[in-house]
This record gives sequence, C-alpha cells and structure tokens, in this order.
Amino acid sequence: MSTAVTPVRPPASGRPRSARPRPSLVLAGLLGAVAVAAVLSVMVGARPVPPADVWHALTGPTGTENDIVVSSLRVPRTALGLLAGVALGVAGALMQGHTRNPLADPGLLGVTQGAAFAMVAAIMVFGVTSLYGYIWFGLAGALVASVGVFALGMAGGGRGGPTPVTLALAGTAVSAFLYALTSAMVLMDEQAMDVFRFWQAGSIAGRGADVAWQVLPFVAAGLVLALVNAPGLNTLALGEDVARALGQNVALTRTVGVAAITLLSGAAVAACGALAFLGLMVPHLARPLSGPDHRLLLPYSGLIGAAALLGADVVGRVVARPGELEVGVVLALLGAPFFVALVRRRKPLRL
Amino acid sequence: MRLQAVGVRLGYGDRVIVDGLDLGIEAGTVTTIIGPNGCGKSTLLRALGRLLKPSGGEVLLDGKRIDRMPTKEVARILGVLPQAPTAPEGLTVADLVARGRHPHQTWYRQWSSGDEAAVGEALAMTGLDGLGERPLDELSGGQRQRAWISMALAQGTDLLLLDEPTTFLDLAHQVEVLELVRRLHGEHGRTVVMVLHDLNLAARYADRLVAMRAGRVIAAGTPHEVLTEPLLAEVFDLEAKVIEDPVAGTPLVVPVGVRH
Repeated sequence: MSTAVTPVRPPASGRPRSARPRPSLVLAGLLGAVAVAAVLSVMVGARPVPPADVWHALTGPTGTENDIVVSSLRVPRTALGLLAGVALGVAGALMQGHTRNPLADPGLLGVTQGAAFAMVAAIMVFGVTSLYGYIWFGLAGALVASVGVFALGMAGGGRGGPTPVTLALAGTAVSAFLYALTSAMVLMDEQAMDVFRFWQAGSIAGRGADVAWQVLPFVAAGLVLALVNAPGLNTLALGEDVARALGQNVALTRTVGVAAITLLSGAAVAACGALAFLGLMVPHLARPLSGPDHRLLLPYSGLIGAAALLGADVVGRVVARPGELEVGVVLALLGAPFFVALVRRRKPLRL
Repeated sequence: MRLQAVGVRLGYGDRVIVDGLDLGIEAGTVTTIIGPNGCGKSTLLRALGRLLKPSGGEVLLDGKRIDRMPTKEVARILGVLPQAPTAPEGLTVADLVARGRHPHQTWYRQWSSGDEAAVGEALAMTGLDGLGERPLDELSGGQRQRAWISMALAQGTDLLLLDEPTTFLDLAHQVEVLELVRRLHGEHGRTVVMVLHDLNLAARYADRLVAMRAGRVIAAGTPHEVLTEPLLAEVFDLEAKVIEDPVAGTPLVVPVGVRH
C-alpha cells in the first residue's frame, strides 16, 4: 500500500460559487409544479372522471354526477390544499428562521394542540356538530394557545421580547398540557374521539368550499405579515446583537413573525388537522434553491408547500383505491425517509 | 465627546455588573478597554452600542440620549460588532456585507446603487474584493473576521465599537485585524472603541486605554500612563515587568507571576 500523502486541497478558490438558479426561473418552475399538482388534484380521484367531463364541470356545469364530484368535492379540496400548503410552507420557514433551528416546525407555538383542544371542547361542552363550527373553534384555539405561548415566552425572555429558547420551552409545555386535557376528554366522549382521530391524521378531503373561504382571510393576512417580516428576519439570522446594531427593532420583528406563524399555521391546522410536519420539511427543500435570503426562502417555501401537499393528497387517492389514504399519513410516510436523509447529511445544518 | 456614559448602572436581571460608571470617548481616537474576565468591559461596550439598556444613568451619542433616538438613526452613526457573531450556513461574503446596508433601506426600497458602492468600498477596505461570492464558512478565521468588520463598515458609520475582534485568531491574524483598525482610524478618521485581551497589542494599537476591574474604571489615559507595574497589580493581580516594546516603543508587559 502506498504511503504517499495526497495534499488536501481547499475548495477551488476565486471561482464565483454562486451556483444558485435565478429567482425568476425558480419561481416559474415552482409555479409550474403547483399548477401540475392542482390539475392532477382536480383530475384524479377515487371516482374516475374523464378529462372532458372535468373540463365540462369547470367551464359550464349542468349538474351531472361528474359535475357535482368535481365542483363540490375536488375543486374545494384543491383550493384548501393550495391554501394550507402555502400557509404551512411559509410558516415553517418563518419558524425555523426565528428560532434559528432547522428542526423547528410551526406546531412548536402550540397551534396544533390548541386547535385540537378547542375542537374537542366544542364538541363535548357546546355540542357543536358541524365541521364549519369545529373549524371556528379550532382557529380560536390555535390563536389563543399561541398567544399564551408568546406571553409565557415573553415573561421568560425579559425586556428584549421572547427569545427562541423561551418560546420553544413555553410551546412544548403548553402543548403537553393541552394534549393531556384533550386526551382526557376524548376518552370520555365517543363522538369527540371520532372527530379527533380523523382530524389528527390530517386531511383536506370533504371540507367544502366554505372552509376554504373561511381560512382565506387568515392565510392572506399571515402572508402579508410574512413578507413584511422577511428583511428583518435576514438581519436576525446574524444574531440578535448584530440585528440590534443594524437598527432592527428585534422585539417588533419577533412579534410580527409570531403573529404571521400563528395566523398561517393556525388556519391550516384548524382546517386540515395536524399537518405541521409539512412546515418542518418544506424549508429544507427550498433552502438549496434560495440560500439564506428569506425574501426568496419564504415564497419558495410557500410554493413547494402547496405542491407537496397537493401532490401527497393525489398520491393518497391513488394508492389505496377504492379507498383513500389521508394526506397527513402520506406526508409522514414520504417525509420520514426524507428526514433520515437530512440527518445523514455530512454536517449538521446551521441557521 | 462622541460617545459618553454618564453614571450608568448595567447588569443582567438582578445582577449588577457596572454601577455609576462615567466614560467619555473623544472623536477620532482609538480607545481600547482592558481588564480581567468578568470585569464588565463587554457589558460596557454593549451599553455604549445600545445593545444593553442601562438600568440607571444614561448613554449619550453626540450629546443626545441614545435610547431616545430611533434605533435605525443610531445605526447610521454607530456600528457595533458583537463578540464571535455567527452567520447562517451558505451566506456569502457579499451577502453578509450587503446586510450591513440595512439601516439605509426601507421595506419598499431594498437596494440602491449607493448600497452597491458602499459594499464594494467596504470589501476593498478589508482586502476582500474578489472573495465576495465565497461562502463565509470557507474562509480562514482572519478573513471571516475581516468580513464581519466589512459588514460593519458597509453600515457607513464613522463610529465603530468592536467587541474582542481578535478572539480565536492566531497572532498573525490578530495583527492583521488590528492593522485594519489602524488604517480605518488613520486614513478614514473613524472613532473606534474596542475590547481586547492582549495588553501588548492593546498598547500598540490604541491611543487611549481604559482599565476596568469589578465594574469600575481604575485608570484611563495613554498606554504609557495606564500600563504601569502598580496598575497591573491592581487591575489584574499580576506581577509583571513593563519594558519598552522594541518595535513600537509602546509599553510591553512581561508577566512574572500571579499575586495571591
């Protein structure tokens, strides 16, 4: 065996390393992917509907059975998938940016358990039976829980606003507490148990158009706040001291960010169930395309989130014919191997 | 006086580290704060840079209370580089330096030709032109520190606070960074305040030294006035000989041992 030592060369120097694709190209590509996923979502389902009939249903429905399937089931389902996917993708990128933690997901603020608790309580205590009603309660629960988490984090974080660590600790504690209450309630009430277990799996099926309209204003407001938050998040990524030195109002930036995460993930989770895992994965797919600039990372994450959620939903409709697999289950089945690959990466990601 | 601390009380939570401290920084000087670990020198620098709000007393920037000025306005006058800052993975040197332009941007006007010019100038001043597209993680420690200083320079302030800019650097890289500080002061007339651990480098590169112990200023003045054998004993519990630096003529501290 040769004992000659090959000198270790540093990576090629001088050459510009900015190999990232142009934003306009990426945006076009991602919009294309979302469009393909949306088209598939309208076309594919447990009941085979010929493309001509789908077109007929979209352009001039005359009340045939296929028209009803497409316009009252598939279109609202696709719309909700788009909204929830965008919301969870952006919320995940915001969450990881604010906590500087690549393993943070939007559920860390307590939205998932807050929504679950409020829904179950609505069924048990108020006898709410309509889906529309559950979702209002879920939304309220998500908002109240995350405001509570934020307040607790604030108390622990001192004058400069809540720190990522105090937020994560408060979120974990509040989530565990609410989960215990929810579990106790569903064990006592069969009807609540039934709603809860389907909600927990995570699905965008059978929601109707009114649900998409219901969550739209929350998602829209959340997206506006997210875009306003992007430049501030870029300076926060250099550490709080550097951000302050650069004239950033750190407490305000954090508050806007948490408000955006709450609105986006609260709306998505209340309407579709425990899908926060999507928010954990998506930013990792977006980051190689965007680099560390949140002004690109946030829109990319939103589009990837929508494409991934709709794509997984379509897969769920196909693999278990004539039944369906919940999109939350598909996402977890496909997402887990992806996460193993992430962990096996050469070096841990630093944000 | 560019920057002034008047009777400041500083601490974290209930723990008071500095109490009733007065200090003035004159325009166009390089001031270095020295003192043993935990004496409050970084805390003082953070307060001067409004990263830490005093619980008593006040900090004045050009005669105005710094905590009553809009933080973005302060950021156009005063640059602060905290100790050992970290950047997200994959951030390039040019990206980092560009973020120093934040105080000059608004949400509707993100980037201008003025920003472009300031970034180019900051890279040139720190000798990093040509390395702009390199990720920060691939640079040497000295280059990385110069990139951070470059970010602070792109901010376009004539007042710079540097907290231990030479930590974790070998001697050659320490000298490299301090030569840059000297150039910023000499050629561009900037006022610099830094915290340093190495007394001999502090003596060589500063106009004024401020020696602190237990939250109080024990002595302030030229390196010759401050770096004396009795003072080293008082501030650091260090028995040392002070001789003349054969290169720069500044005081050179040669330790004998720790006094008990």
